[in-house]
Amino acid sequence: MKKTLFDKVWDAHVVKEIQDGPQILYIDKHLIHEVTSPQAFGELEQRGIPVFRPDQIVATADHNTPTEDQHLPVKDALSRNQLEQLTKNCEKNDITLYGLGHKYNGIVHVMAPELGITQPGMTMVCGDSHTSTHGAFGTIAFGIGTSQVAQVFASQCLLLQKPKSLRVNVNGQLKPGVLPKDVILYVIAKLGTNAGTGYFCEYAGNVFEDMSMEGRMTVCNMSIEMGARGGMIAPDETTFEYIKGKKFAPTGAEFDKKVAYWKTLPTDKDAVFDKEYHFDAADIEPMITYGTNPGMGIKISENIPVDNNASFEKSLAYMNFEKGQSLVNQEINYVFIGSCTNSRIEDFRIAANYIKGKKKANNVTAWFVPGSQLVAQQIVEEGLKDVFEEAGFRLRQPGCSACLAMNDDKIPEGEYCVSTSNRNFEGRQGQGARTILASPLVAAATAIEGKIIDITKQLN
Amino acid sequence: MDKFTKLTSSAIPLSIENVDTDQIIPARFLKATSREGFGENLFRDWRFHKDGSINQDFVLNDTKYKGKILVAGDNFGCGSSREHAAWAINDYGFKVVVSSFFADIFKGNALNNGVLPIQVTPKYLQELFNEIQKDTNTQFEVDLENQKITILATGSSSSFEINSYKKTCLMNGYDDIDFLISNKAEIEEFENKRI
Repeated sequence: MKKTLFDKVWDAHVVKEIQDGPQILYIDKHLIHEVTSPQAFGELEQRGIPVFRPDQIVATADHNTPTEDQHLPVKDALSRNQLEQLTKNCEKNDITLYGLGHKYNGIVHVMAPELGITQPGMTMVCGDSHTSTHGAFGTIAFGIGTSQVAQVFASQCLLLQKPKSLRVNVNGQLKPGVLPKDVILYVIAKLGTNAGTGYFCEYAGNVFEDMSMEGRMTVCNMSIEMGARGGMIAPDETTFEYIKGKKFAPTGAEFDKKVAYWKTLPTDKDAVFDKEYHFDAADIEPMITYGTNPGMGIKISENIPVDNNASFEKSLAYMNFEKGQSLVNQEINYVFIGSCTNSRIEDFRIAANYIKGKKKANNVTAWFVPGSQLVAQQIVEEGLKDVFEEAGFRLRQPGCSACLAMNDDKIPEGEYCVSTSNRNFEGRQGQGARTILASPLVAAATAIEGKIIDITKQLN
Repeated sequence: MDKFTKLTSSAIPLSIENVDTDQIIPARFLKATSREGFGENLFRDWRFHKDGSINQDFVLNDTKYKGKILVAGDNFGCGSSREHAAWAINDYGFKVVVSSFFADIFKGNALNNGVLPIQVTPKYLQELFNEIQKDTNTQFEVDLENQKITILATGSSSSFEINSYKKTCLMNGYDDIDFLISNKAEIEEFENKRI
């Protein structure tokens, strides 16, 4: 039978099939962080169950960490307690932790790929829905709840039913200024927030083949925003080149052996998907969202649609936007470049390239938050930090930051924030905050202009 | 985990679509290290105004409505994987959530915490909303063994799907950890074969 990339990786990890029930799926790598792991450790301890494979777990502190003065004790007592708990749990169970201040610390989905922990053909899980990011490497990676975190601790396995398969094809030539973030926002706007529920999605076509690993990660990251548990892109030379030489990547003959295996993973020609969509790259433009879920996106040059559904109206009321309105010239006081979606070196290169020689708008408060210590270091080495500082921007320290506002990086009530993160839910960036999702280029342009501009006019 | 077999209760209607887990439990309440007490902050920013006063317009604050069943709009539980959402719903006192569509991760998390997610057709969901509208105290019977939900006043019922393994777990109060550990020999054998 012809197999998809997903089938090949999944089938290679099935330990056992339960009659009329789920399958036992083996998990190669388990990533953990401070927010969704303490109750799982607690559960195991209470039941006297040891952690089965501690060397297959990697921990980082990211969700709850401050992005300033990381060398000082964390001010918020509850956050501090959660971080201390993670340290204790990792020490007790012999788990590698890249805690606050460690040279490898960073957002879990930025840190693992850049260290070569993420590799094609693996199964990876984390108590975080954006684990789908790692699918960019041809990895089955998905978010799990805390009960499942405990299950993986106890057995390195999960009980799952195999999801259905979905393929999103985007072919053709992207217009100037259209970034991977625009591609995925466009796809979600077309398909809606639940088109992928029950499915694992493969992204195929020359648009994804031509993307860098950073771009592929941005795309796969947002798979969950259309409901898909995970997204995958077939591993190719771009993938192998990215992994080569990374800290935990295989080396020498072992690397060659792995590459030979990774090359067998792409979907067989004529393999059949349960659902398939095709899009024309030429139709995609820089995107922004106007509502309170990531499916509520439009091309920056378009007007907000007119709909009479009660949930749509509730959403527009929260955003304080009108049906049929254009968002061009909308004044914006907050800009956030960061999150597991867009905080990699490429994102800061794009922002710096636009910002170079310009000045930050006076009305704008901008938070530029690198995804990891390594990204932060690279920003300095490439001279991007100087570009930002000359324009009036200041870099903060790595973490999830204003994407979910668990730390002090909160957008004030009623304010709009053009954000490179992944969710524009009500209150996501702070109580009453209004989020507009966009690419790092649109975010940078907004920070310079102090308002949303039709970036396509500058580019064409 | 508590056992679940049968439940008869009135229901609370939440006719909003795409309710995400950030609404069910906002991120700023995820700093706890135990599973208890999340019910207090369930739908926090809809239940309370920013100054802490009660939002009388929100359905959970309307004393007309009570019960252990939450009837919600399409695509309930989308967004973040936080199991805290399922803990909050359970802790508040809901044992069943009915919707025309559930997000995957939420559905799994609910089942792992003894909360039954019931997916019905959009038409039947509307019928449930209508019945609650007519009589806020109208009773519903949820029968897990026969996979059926019934509006007792009208006798109108709908069957629902549940994986047979998960059904057994819920009816007996089992969770997956014990089952997985009982398969450890096969897991180790799998590991050895791969090397």
